[in-house]
Amino acid sequence: MTSEIIRIRDLTRGYRMGDETILALRGVSLDIRRNEYVAIMGPSGSGKSTMMNLLGCLDTPTGGEYWLNGQEVSRLSDDALARVRNREIGFVFQTFNLLPRATALHNVELPLVYAGVGARERRSRAAAALERVGLAERMHHRPNELSGGQRQRVAIARALINEPSILLADEPTGNLDSVTSEEIMRVFGDLHSAGQTVIMVTHEADIAAHAERVVVLRDGRVETDQLTRGAAA
Amino acid sequence: MHLLEAFRLAFRTIRAQKLKSFFSLIGVLIGVTFLIAVVSIVQGLNRYMVDRFANTLIGANTFELRQRPNIITGNVTEDTWLAWSRRPRISYSDADYVRERIHTPATFSKFCTDRVSVHYGGKVAKDIDLVGAEATYFGIRNYEITAGRSFTPQEVQGALPVLVIGSELADKLLKGMEPLGKSVQIGGLPYRIIGVVAKQGTLFGLSLDKFAVMPFNAPARRLICPINILDALIVRTSDPSTMVQAMGEAEAAMRARRQLKPWQENNFFFQTADGALGTWKKISRILFLALPGLVAVSLVVGGIVIMNIMLMAVSERTREIGIRKALGARRADILAQFVVESAALSLSGAVAGIGFGLALAWIVKAVTPLPASVAPWSIVIGVVLGISVGIAAGVYPASRASRLDPILALRAE
Repeated sequence: MTSEIIRIRDLTRGYRMGDETILALRGVSLDIRRNEYVAIMGPSGSGKSTMMNLLGCLDTPTGGEYWLNGQEVSRLSDDALARVRNREIGFVFQTFNLLPRATALHNVELPLVYAGVGARERRSRAAAALERVGLAERMHHRPNELSGGQRQRVAIARALINEPSILLADEPTGNLDSVTSEEIMRVFGDLHSAGQTVIMVTHEADIAAHAERVVVLRDGRVETDQLTRGAAA
Repeated sequence: MHLLEAFRLAFRTIRAQKLKSFFSLIGVLIGVTFLIAVVSIVQGLNRYMVDRFANTLIGANTFELRQRPNIITGNVTEDTWLAWSRRPRISYSDADYVRERIHTPATFSKFCTDRVSVHYGGKVAKDIDLVGAEATYFGIRNYEITAGRSFTPQEVQGALPVLVIGSELADKLLKGMEPLGKSVQIGGLPYRIIGVVAKQGTLFGLSLDKFAVMPFNAPARRLICPINILDALIVRTSDPSTMVQAMGEAEAAMRARRQLKPWQENNFFFQTADGALGTWKKISRILFLALPGLVAVSLVVGGIVIMNIMLMAVSERTREIGIRKALGARRADILAQFVVESAALSLSGAVAGIGFGLALAWIVKAVTPLPASVAPWSIVIGVVLGISVGIAAGVYPASRASRLDPILALRAE
């Protein structure tokens, strides 16, 4: 076993537009080790979102290989991908993507429902996860009764509930003010310190600066891939 | 995802949108209400007709030899009516002749009746059914004597002026008095009350207890029957097959006596409980044939409404579907979620429909003399139909939901 949790080789993704095929990714190769904290950056149209969807197994590539935690996931069926998303990936979205009618507790339970975990165990694990992000008091509140930072904490608790191989965050601070952003970045930093692999897609350089490695995409290719000052120190 | 989980989720969603849910399930609700109410009412009527109507008026295993039908439930043309009136009436000697030729063990009673007034002291009871019959009549009618006794064959033979009366006559005319031994007047002659018959209740709201039975040959016979003429000869056997046998013997005897040629129709009539029910059975059969059609129409409409609501729900909740898929829901999970939601919606409609149907049946029972009787099978069918309509209506929207692309779904507003 290598220490790579993600191994990407020559990954391409094309979209058919009439007679033409437009390549959003033109052959990306990338290795991410266990417990790395990586930011993926790039201007709009760089293939950042496509990369995020492929990394999150929401989409399949048109070419190349994607190995996640020792499993080749680039050719899996929809249902197999759903299973991989459930077990291996914890998502944190810019818009939180919590179920509006469900309580914080129920939102956090959701991945466990699809993992087939029984109701009692789900409840206690979800409660413990909310406690870890400091929301024990807010367990029975609905998302619209929570602040943006609290919502994102609920989303983080949900992302971590199945102990995923990677935590995949898509512009996690895009809807938050700078104070709350810093707070969420601290949570990410703590998770990384505790051994969690974190991949963050963002276009904000100061947010990306929290990571120990920054990969910049441009026109569907990796432009730069370097360690940040913080990591080097 | 566990099925129970899906149900819990479905009911949570339904509760969250009460008004919308109510409107969407109204079609199913009406269909099932209709099913339960109509079945209950028809069944109640059916039981009423068999238990009360037929068996009270005629009795089980019993037939009456008559000139013409006396219980008419269908339409009779004027011609038929005229033909009936021209038939010879049943005479004493007809009755004796037939009685001698029925070899199947049976009980017989001559029978005449008409409405008379009964006097006691200064009081009058009008419209009392005065029956002239033999001692066997009480057994044939299953009359229970609650006080005193019925009359004996000797009293019939001797044409004694004695009466066995119905409970309402006893209560009204002899209010607060011991009826036994009292002497009442019919047609100016005194009759001694020797017995009271147990309460018979009502039929279509009419009392069945306003009657008096006297020995067939008693003097007041002239008030209820022309001389030498009978309303009916009543024949009762022990079971339905011997009744048919005895009726065959009676028919052969009457045809021989009246010298009917093989091609001539009977100029007499056998009234039976089944015969009296003939028209009713036709009506209830038509109702039961029409019912599935009516229920089906409202269920199809209900199903289409639910399908529309579910399609709307899928498009409104596209983002939720995206979130669920991102978190690991497979196609089957999403499919199950929406099918179960649709089934739960429809089932709620069916359950409410059962409630309304029962209430409707209860109201009919309370405000009319018809005893609605709930058929357990109709409730089972209501539940099964409710679930099936929901599943059928939910499959298409659910499969659309399950095939949504998670990336597009997550981007939906």
